[in-house]
Amino acid sequence: MENRAIFSGRLLAPLLVLPQLAVSLIFFYWPAAQALWQSFLVQDAFGLSTEFVWLENYVALLKTPEYYHSIGVTFVFSTLVVAFSLAIGLLLAVMANRNIKGVQIYRTFLIIPYAVAPAVASVLFIFMFQPGLGMIARALQRAGIDWNPVLNGNHAMILVVIAAVWNQISYNFLFFLAGLQAIPKSVIEAAAIDGARPWRRFWTIVFPLLSPTTFFLIVVNITYAFFNTLGIIDTATEGGPNAATQTLVYKVFQDGKAGADLGSSAAQSVILMIIVIVLTAVQFRYVEKKVHY
Amino acid sequence: MALRQFGAAAAVTTALAFAASPAHAVTEIQWWHAMTGPNNDVVVKLANDFNATQSDYKIVPSYKGSYPDTLNAGIAAFRAGNAPGIMQVFEVGTATMMSAKGAIKPVFELMKEQGETFDPQSYLPAITGYYSTAKGDMLSFPFNSSSMVMWVNLDALKKADIPEPPKTWPEVFADAKKLHATSPTCGFSSSWVTWGFIEQFNAWHNQPIGTKANGLDGFDTVLEFNSPLETKLLENLVELQKDKSYDYSGRTNTGEGRFTSGECPLYMSSSAFYPNVKANAKFTYTAVPMPYFPDVAGAPQNSIIGGASLWVMGGKSAEEYKGIAKFFTFLSDTDRQVYLHEVSGYLPITKAAYEKTKESGFYDKNPILEVPLKELTNKPPTENSRGLRFGGMVQMRDVWSEEIEAALGGKKSAKEALDAAVSRGNQMLRQFERTAAK
Repeated sequence: MENRAIFSGRLLAPLLVLPQLAVSLIFFYWPAAQALWQSFLVQDAFGLSTEFVWLENYVALLKTPEYYHSIGVTFVFSTLVVAFSLAIGLLLAVMANRNIKGVQIYRTFLIIPYAVAPAVASVLFIFMFQPGLGMIARALQRAGIDWNPVLNGNHAMILVVIAAVWNQISYNFLFFLAGLQAIPKSVIEAAAIDGARPWRRFWTIVFPLLSPTTFFLIVVNITYAFFNTLGIIDTATEGGPNAATQTLVYKVFQDGKAGADLGSSAAQSVILMIIVIVLTAVQFRYVEKKVHY
Repeated sequence: MALRQFGAAAAVTTALAFAASPAHAVTEIQWWHAMTGPNNDVVVKLANDFNATQSDYKIVPSYKGSYPDTLNAGIAAFRAGNAPGIMQVFEVGTATMMSAKGAIKPVFELMKEQGETFDPQSYLPAITGYYSTAKGDMLSFPFNSSSMVMWVNLDALKKADIPEPPKTWPEVFADAKKLHATSPTCGFSSSWVTWGFIEQFNAWHNQPIGTKANGLDGFDTVLEFNSPLETKLLENLVELQKDKSYDYSGRTNTGEGRFTSGECPLYMSSSAFYPNVKANAKFTYTAVPMPYFPDVAGAPQNSIIGGASLWVMGGKSAEEYKGIAKFFTFLSDTDRQVYLHEVSGYLPITKAAYEKTKESGFYDKNPILEVPLKELTNKPPTENSRGLRFGGMVQMRDVWSEEIEAALGGKKSAKEALDAAVSRGNQMLRQFERTAAK
């Protein structure tokens, strides 16, 4: 009865949800619907002539070998970025969670890279890895490695993966650290008294208790690797060489911007949206079962 | 005291503002451009100078980012119904712009309607041809034009015992190998890879890039540059890439620092690279015409331009068009063209301006600035060397670059890469033709 007294009238609850609904509507459903509509059209750059073509953009897309290449690139890139940024983030969080001198300073410095915009992060790495100019590139060349991301697709991939991972580590670090601090000390101490060494304590107690954080971060990191890395790829490699770093989202951007082919670009973004929705659904359906809350 | 001064100043400013407000309204004309650094200063100065000559119109320049960014900003603005009056569009955006009937106002039409004296014959044909219809009607107003030249580090050549800069491709290949001994990471390199090795290369050898006069005579053009000659060039480059006698420097001009730092002694790039070389190269340098294969009959033909032109957008008021027409007349003034040429390194667009600069002895002191003009006017342009006009050219260059990278990286043979570049390009052309034809 008290509850009814608080939420008097039927309007208040919808009213409280309304701002969030409005945000989703304006920034997600509306553009998504527009993309869907645009993907059925063939149009010139200026929008002067429009033809409704049903699924032709999709059919044309699925016939081009470059599109499948791009899907492959996206999965390689995303797997590498998610795996490395999570692993390194976790390692740093575990290290910074110990009682050592100046731990606050370490933590602050580990968080700072997150404040760097992706494009800026990319420029930093371009400078370091630029053949003939960059420090790291020179060191590699002295070590006998013919480092050349301008022409070697694998080198270009390594470059964008490093930049994308570096940019994301702080975020993962922050969440892992918070997750670690939420684990009750008493549980770990009890295990220690029972004779469990740090390695065993980590894998049997800490890691399972951290699983809600890990699960959350996997979802967020996949979305990051799929979408937010656009700026990094654009500044570092522009999708090249020979489309070696052309991820799906970069192809959407390139076909829409440089190609002014809005129909195909929209069709690609619809497919990309479906891929990410499916991936996230699969994770919630299956992976989440292994999460201990 | 300070406050009182401020008050007095404010009063004066207000009074001035009232006094300056004219009896009739000033027509503002937006000019969107992509010029940075010293070239941005030139744009601002031109607008200010024009605004000072009269009080009816006010040109308002605003920087909109890189060339593709500016083009996209203009397209988005048009779709939203607030396009600028004048838009600077790079040369590869020409087909996109001219196909947008209704979105643009052709310059020849504008000048006729507004009764401005305008003689197409007074402009350099190698420059205006790129921006004109097959009948010779000028669609956009050339603003900054350049061409491709070979930049040479004379000190490095001396060190490698090469007596003079190479003139032909076989000489370039031989010199690049010799230079490899003294500059192991790069003997020869280039910027704007497709502009140099496909577009300029074919024009310079009087070979077609596509049918229908490289697309100038119609959007139903078909690419055909996967010729034995083009294959020969790419095969040689692939071979030289193996030991870095030739070393690829990316698709745009981000590798230009490799010339000024002395790393690459031979470097093909735009003639507009000049101010940068002048400011940064710490060695004796020069620029020479692009190399050619001597066994090709008629080579060298003439080079084609790069750079950008000014497009007038459609659906503007008569007042705005009047102002834009006056501004173009202002820009065509001989002394102004001479000044622009000398200060920016871009090419003059009128014959009179070229002649006047020549007579003044400017080229005796700055021979490098005449190299691109000599290339452009080497012979009267043919079907193959007037220019090129392919729909979707902005992305086409990316596609061609991808294939060249595949060949240089050893993923495909030169012939396979060129065949793929042509067939993928043709698909894009058909897609463009479909939306542009209506």
